Amino acid sequence: MSQRMPLLIFTAIMAAIPFIPGVPPFWIVLLDNIGLAALVAMGLVLLTGVGGLTSFGQAAFCGFGAYTTAVLTTAYGVSPWLTLPLSLLVSGIAAVLLGIVTVRLSGHYLPLGTIAWGIGLFYLFSKLEFLGRNDGISGIPPLSIGGLRMLDPGTIYYVIWIAVLISALLTMNLLDSRTGRAIRALRRGHVAGEAFGVQTPRAKLLVFIYAAVLAGLSGWLYAHFQRAANPTPFGAQAGIEYLFIAVVGGAGYVWGAVLGAGIVVILKEVLQSYLPYIFGGQSQLETIVFGILLVVLLQLAPTGVWPWLMSRLPFKPARKIPDTSLELPARERATSTTSVLLHVEKARKQFGGVIAVNDVSFDVQAREIVALIGPNGAGKSTTFNLITGVLTSTSGAISVLGNKVDNAPPQEVVKLGVSRTFQHVKLVPDMTVLENVAIGAHLRGHAGAISSMFRLDRADEARLLAEAARQIERVGLGEQIDQLAGSLSLGQQRIVEIARALCVDPLLLLLDEPAAGLRHMEKQRLAALLRQLRDSGMSVLLVEHDMGFVMDLADRIVVLDFGTKIAEGTPGAIKTNPDVIKAYLGATA
Amino acid sequence: MNTTIMLFLLQDGITNGAIYALLGLALVLVFAVTRVILIPQGEFVTYGALSYAMLATGQVPGTARLAVAMGVVAFGLDLYAARRALRLKPVSRSAALNIVLPAAILALTYALAGPKTPIAVNIVLSLLIVAVIGLFLYRIAFQPLAHTSVLVLLIASVGCHLALQGLGLVFFGAEGLRGPALSNAAVTLGPLRFTGQSLAVYGLTIAFIVGLWLFFGFTLMGKALRATAVNRLGARLVGIRTTLSGQIAFLLASVIGAISGILIVPITTLYYDTGFLIGLKGFIAAIIGGLVSYPLTAVAALVVGCVEAFSSFYASNFKEVIVFTLIIPVLLLRSLAAPAVEEEKD
Amino acid sequence: MSALLKVGDAHVAYGKVEAVRSVSLEVADNEIVTIIGANGAGKTTLLNAIMGILPLKGFAAFAGADMASLDIEDRVAAGLSLVPEHRELFGTMNVEDNLQLGAFRIPKAIAAKSFERVYTLFPRLKERRKQLAGTLSGGEQQMLAMGRALMGAPKLLMLDEPSLGLAPIIVADIFRTIGELRAAGVSVLLVEQNAQAALKIADRAYVMELGEFVLNGPASDIATNARVAASYLGFTHEGESAI
Repeated sequence: MSQRMPLLIFTAIMAAIPFIPGVPPFWIVLLDNIGLAALVAMGLVLLTGVGGLTSFGQAAFCGFGAYTTAVLTTAYGVSPWLTLPLSLLVSGIAAVLLGIVTVRLSGHYLPLGTIAWGIGLFYLFSKLEFLGRNDGISGIPPLSIGGLRMLDPGTIYYVIWIAVLISALLTMNLLDSRTGRAIRALRRGHVAGEAFGVQTPRAKLLVFIYAAVLAGLSGWLYAHFQRAANPTPFGAQAGIEYLFIAVVGGAGYVWGAVLGAGIVVILKEVLQSYLPYIFGGQSQLETIVFGILLVVLLQLAPTGVWPWLMSRLPFKPARKIPDTSLELPARERATSTTSVLLHVEKARKQFGGVIAVNDVSFDVQAREIVALIGPNGAGKSTTFNLITGVLTSTSGAISVLGNKVDNAPPQEVVKLGVSRTFQHVKLVPDMTVLENVAIGAHLRGHAGAISSMFRLDRADEARLLAEAARQIERVGLGEQIDQLAGSLSLGQQRIVEIARALCVDPLLLLLDEPAAGLRHMEKQRLAALLRQLRDSGMSVLLVEHDMGFVMDLADRIVVLDFGTKIAEGTPGAIKTNPDVIKAYLGATA
Repeated sequence: MNTTIMLFLLQDGITNGAIYALLGLALVLVFAVTRVILIPQGEFVTYGALSYAMLATGQVPGTARLAVAMGVVAFGLDLYAARRALRLKPVSRSAALNIVLPAAILALTYALAGPKTPIAVNIVLSLLIVAVIGLFLYRIAFQPLAHTSVLVLLIASVGCHLALQGLGLVFFGAEGLRGPALSNAAVTLGPLRFTGQSLAVYGLTIAFIVGLWLFFGFTLMGKALRATAVNRLGARLVGIRTTLSGQIAFLLASVIGAISGILIVPITTLYYDTGFLIGLKGFIAAIIGGLVSYPLTAVAALVVGCVEAFSSFYASNFKEVIVFTLIIPVLLLRSLAAPAVEEEKD
Repeated sequence: MSALLKVGDAHVAYGKVEAVRSVSLEVADNEIVTIIGANGAGKTTLLNAIMGILPLKGFAAFAGADMASLDIEDRVAAGLSLVPEHRELFGTMNVEDNLQLGAFRIPKAIAAKSFERVYTLFPRLKERRKQLAGTLSGGEQQMLAMGRALMGAPKLLMLDEPSLGLAPIIVADIFRTIGELRAAGVSVLLVEQNAQAALKIADRAYVMELGEFVLNGPASDIATNARVAASYLGFTHEGESAI
């Protein structure tokens, strides 16, 4: 309950403000504007701060929301409340169309793309006849409930802020869920999430649409607040400003959006009203000062004001302790037609002219630990990527329990019970160990975005977290369960990755250099764990450079060199194999 | 379709496209070296163009004073950064670069500005002014942010654009200006007439592309800049100052921007805020080039110029819409060809 | 014994976590010193702080001069060089360009000599001089990273986990070269997890645990220390004994 308190207090204060005697009506207008901006920025928090997708084009989605209601209410006389779902729908559809094209882009393409279509849409708004070209549309009817027509800023104030509060609640619920974890993992690249069944393009599109719908809501409110719509507030400049608001507040924080909106809207107002007095009427001065302040602020607090503020507050958020008694049903197993768990037949991967994996064949039986060794660049990780579907093979066949997996996407491979860790640790550093590991159980949960937003996912969520906690205990990291993954040593992070892989309830575990960074004792503990997993029916395929560790643990060893298998056999046979000594182990074995 | 009109539009498109190519190249350069997406590139264009136009009327442009003011701030930042160990040599070097240089340029501008000043002198003065503004812009706004994310740099870049554009209005007013042509010669070839101005545009664009290619491929400093772009830490570990690389990149970008401005201001009237749109079109070319490929950027710029010329003839109302939505099919192609494995770098 | 590198009571913090606590260390001219310890012990953090990549609280002097006010580039110019764990090569540039940039702070005439020296130490690099650095094998990349650092004619070369991810046969090669560096007048500060190999070539060693030095002394003493043997050397195995 204690987490709800600040929210309730905030709600009470916001509800009371218009009743405080002596509050100038102008303040209410400012608060209205803050609320409108906060809605758009909140979408950006999810999109940019959490999901890592930067958009300069959010203002255009406000435009879709505003123009939809403007046209429908003025030209067709539709009731404003009826246009609300339509406004959201139009913004959402626009987001789907633009999103399909743009969200696949990584890095800086997306922000640049959004600037371009943001400007394109602005010109479209200002040239289309039925949107009133540059003059826009005026005479939009006010919102009304029964006989109450919300003509003045003080009444629509409640509609705006109720929208802000509900949106904030839904957004926070969404982030604290199975879907939320998938979204939070987006920023760190798509490979890790996909290895556990996350449909990354769909998750990206989801946040893109979510942000656009929030912007559309803001646009719809704006149209009925101003009772007019013209292209200017939906242009590139506005889009830039919304992003600025999110960054100022703290791009990863839902309340940062509200705080940022407050800071920027008030700052602009102050600049516009006082600068002319100081410098004597020069136009555009506020833009100059605004621009300079922006740069200064980024230099002083690049992570935003909200996290800065929170770190100075005395109370810390409550710990989440999962109830480990909850059982997660075992994953459904594919029917087996063979005792060979993994069968790799002449797998080949060519990158341009380079053959990274050259017709490599080997098997992994049930209850077996197989090691893949060879110098860096021998094709070990590429082989892992072929098996797990991260890369598509040039030729050859790979099957798991007799089911062909050739070139199936990673999300399908993991369903067959193949899970993995990565050579370069792929955890989300600002998520806890528990949350990171729970991503491994992604496919064993079923709650979607909508049910998460309305908290209908709690039973499902509790079971997932319980499973994650059990696997963390199993690998011996129970002490670190609620630490941020990024604060652990690299060796421990590798173990976290193993716990995450175990959450899949796998048949075959692929470990890429699991012992790197561990000291001797820890390596022995890891070896014991892997033996125990084997004895409980799991198979392990691992890449490892520590020969002591490998020779002691593996049942069989496959040696690769320059993409080709040069030997296969028991550790004893490999140690004395002349080809292996020549290519890899060195002379004096 | 009339062939003459088509040829005429094509010529128009190529001339504009050449300018976009120059700007696109500068954007690619700055992004590769500093990770800054240089939105204020457009302001370098307007500053160069309008400073030149004002000098042509015999006035001293406000940009010269801005350069001095920015130099003072840059010097202050240098002093603050070195506050724990103030040594004479770096301080005097900083003073020479940040105080003496812009002051000398300002003095030179006052001394030389007049209604009869030769065009060449005005060009050199405008280039000098914008060059130091570019240099100081990096020092003041971006050097302190060098370690932050592309997003933070991008937003700072937007901040610089807003401030510089606002200052542009203060310096040049809301009225547009035109500058004198570099040459009044003209060549007629069939139905087409090539002015000296458009020939200068082609010549300089080609010269810059070749020059950049030579610089990056064959000089140690050029390689150092590339090294900074490829691996910043690696560059620092061999002793390449990333701040120096950043300064050179900004210097090149501001000079390229100013030259583009000087090349177009005799052809079209420029306003204090025109640069933004021109810069953005260079941008589209740069995006099509993936922000890495110089030749692809140059070709894309020509396409952007031609699409713009043709759409202004056939659908002038939707010219900007067409140019800016051109990006979408390109992005679509890029996303289809996107690599399956992400780079191992966070 | 004149100390080339002298670090006293050094603390290095990574955000709020203090990763290195009160560490003192010396490297003399013509000496190979190794720091061994598990990953996460703070070895890399310490090297990065000595190089100026991370802020170091405490005292650090190189060749008799306090380094407090020097940034990375100044330290490079002073003759300190780091081959980092991830090598940080210029992947899209060829071997020769990588090496040439290693001599960025060096006059051209001296750079020509450096080329000769590096190609003699690593003949493989000469064979591959037109190949892009990113397409080299792991072992060749490590050679290139060391070669690039040596191009700047450093007085002290700091190596961070040079054996990481390499075949045992290549590791043996790399360690042999490190041994040769001393003969060429370069001191080496070597951070290694492969304690066995490191102790074999080093003169002196420090053992780091949880951010602190728990043991130091001549490498041969450290190698026979019971505690070190138990937690870092483990059982000796044929695979590793190749070095």
